[in-house]
Amino acid sequence: MSTTLERIPWWRDRRVVPWIVQAVVGLALLLVITLLVGNLVRNLTAAGLLLSWRWLGQPASFDVAESLIPFDASMPYWRALLVGLVNSLRVILVGLVGATLLGTAMGMASFSGNGLLRRLARVYVEVIRNIPLLLQLLFWYFVVFLALPNGTAAFQLPGIVLSKSGLYLAWFAQGLSWLGPELVNGVWQAPLRLSVEFTALLTGLITYTGAFVAEVVRGGIASVPKGQWEAATSLGLHWSASMRSVVLPQALRVIVPGLNSQYISLAKNSSLAVAVGYVDLYSVSETTLNQTGRALEVFLLLLGSYLIIDLLISAVMNGANQLVQIRER
Amino acid sequence: MQPSPRWLLALPLLLAFTLTGCADDSGSGGGVQSMKLSTIRGRDKLVCGVDGKLPGFSFLGPDGTYSGLDADTCRAVAAAVLGDPAKVEYRDLNSSERFAALASGEVDMLARNTTMTLSRDSAGGNGISFGPTTFFDGQGLMAPVASGIKTLKDLAGKPICVESGTTTELNLADRMREQGIAYTPLKFQTGDQTYAAYLGGRCVAVTSDRSQLAAKRSSFPKPDEHILLPEVMSKEPLTPASVNGDPAWADAMRWTVFALFQAEELGITKANVAAKVAEAKANKNLADLRRFLGVEGDFGKQLGLPADFVPKTIAAVGNYGEIFERNVGSGSPLKLERAENRLWSKGGLIYSPPFR
Repeated sequence: MSTTLERIPWWRDRRVVPWIVQAVVGLALLLVITLLVGNLVRNLTAAGLLLSWRWLGQPASFDVAESLIPFDASMPYWRALLVGLVNSLRVILVGLVGATLLGTAMGMASFSGNGLLRRLARVYVEVIRNIPLLLQLLFWYFVVFLALPNGTAAFQLPGIVLSKSGLYLAWFAQGLSWLGPELVNGVWQAPLRLSVEFTALLTGLITYTGAFVAEVVRGGIASVPKGQWEAATSLGLHWSASMRSVVLPQALRVIVPGLNSQYISLAKNSSLAVAVGYVDLYSVSETTLNQTGRALEVFLLLLGSYLIIDLLISAVMNGANQLVQIRER
Repeated sequence: MQPSPRWLLALPLLLAFTLTGCADDSGSGGGVQSMKLSTIRGRDKLVCGVDGKLPGFSFLGPDGTYSGLDADTCRAVAAAVLGDPAKVEYRDLNSSERFAALASGEVDMLARNTTMTLSRDSAGGNGISFGPTTFFDGQGLMAPVASGIKTLKDLAGKPICVESGTTTELNLADRMREQGIAYTPLKFQTGDQTYAAYLGGRCVAVTSDRSQLAAKRSSFPKPDEHILLPEVMSKEPLTPASVNGDPAWADAMRWTVFALFQAEELGITKANVAAKVAEAKANKNLADLRRFLGVEGDFGKQLGLPADFVPKTIAAVGNYGEIFERNVGSGSPLKLERAENRLWSKGGLIYSPPFR
């Protein structure tokens, strides 16, 4: 007796049908994208705006207020955009460190035995995180920093001078000699000068992001079971020692993933720099756009830059996350 | 957390370019075909991009109405196209937003103290279409009287405030480079921020069009404490603009503005325009006047506008001279001289080609 294996028709074959469906959907998607891109290219060509990158090599012929790399107006546009990118990265990196330190301190303070400290931390978080960042930046710049006195009336601490023209810090001059700020002809000079725009932006970003970081840290610490505190205390550990060696390491598992998105928003928020006159990537791009009229190219560069910066931050934070997770034994 | 509105502006631009199909260029001769004109008629409103914060040019007053030379240009065009100067929807745009807003079709035209330049006009640059210049300006510098600053040289090594996205930002760089003067440009995104930083003492001088400096100074708490330096750093022909690619709409706008110039030359004012129309109707020998006022001929039709667009426009806003005096001249707090903005027949640059 021969078993005639009945063949399943292809339209009922579970190994075939999903492939066909996916192929059809994929094809339709491809068609739509081709249509859109085709339209884009045709219309851009008609409007004389087809993507072109030759302008990047032309001289920028504008100046920037501050730059970490050498720049003058005769250098090409790509160099100007690089200046903006470096300035952005500078404020982002310092901002990340500052916001982490401030946020961790504030998050830990909300578990302090000191009632005043605890309440101060709460007030800080609630006030700062409920006011739009742009408003805070404008406040820091126009109300606080531009109201500072200049010259001899500036705020002076050993090694630090804060005036309307900027923040002057002592730093190592040639070799290891320590050089502080000094007044020369009514103008402050120091080895390390931060412009008031940079200082205002940094202050705004750190205090704002710090409040969110504080909440992430507080959530992390709160997730550690109470028994851990009690165990640490019963071993005779002081509050700060139990926090440092017992609770915080366990809280990190919860804190690190939450920090990722705060860091990313800090990077993105740095583009508000233009509101307080700091020359970041966005500010340089705007001038470039104004001169060249290459709106799509400039925006593509901008979008790409911020995307890469944020993806890098995510990658680093994912690495950090792997480090603090519990190893299964 | 607040996405900057500039980012959003690029989106409609991109969408407009991806979603609209291949444009049909079959505009045959004869009747006037203009997408923009029919769009404006369809919505019964002219969307006009203005500054909105510049006294004398476009300024939103406490009563909720816009006043100024630029705002009156919008009104004149609305009166010509729609027959009613009130049918204008104003959009406040900052210097960086304006061209994207125009290119994406968010506004029909710009009357936003915009300098005409080659790269803004050319198809390979911003690709916009300029009308006739409505204000000939030059770039200047303003500094506090107490600072003792008199010339560009006095600004060496000093911070200067400037609005980002303007021609003045670029001219400043060029002039200073020419003269080899090192300085620190402090760029802000809006005029408000620029002048706030200047008043806050962050920079020793602020640079912009001289008319704008005079206008802003008039709104300072103590205008007398600031002077305009005599130096004129550039030519700034402030010109209304529309998009490239709709010549019929550009022509309609261009000749509406020329009508304002021509009316001043012919002595037609807001007050006497009705009488002039009656005079033209009565006397067949006044051929020039009859054609200009649409009593005879088909100038309106050729432009895709109503036959009586000139008298409607003049009745709404008056002639160029009246607009100037009311907004920036002797009838305003700015008290600017006509200077280059006199009629050509009086030694100025305001000139209308013949209505023929």
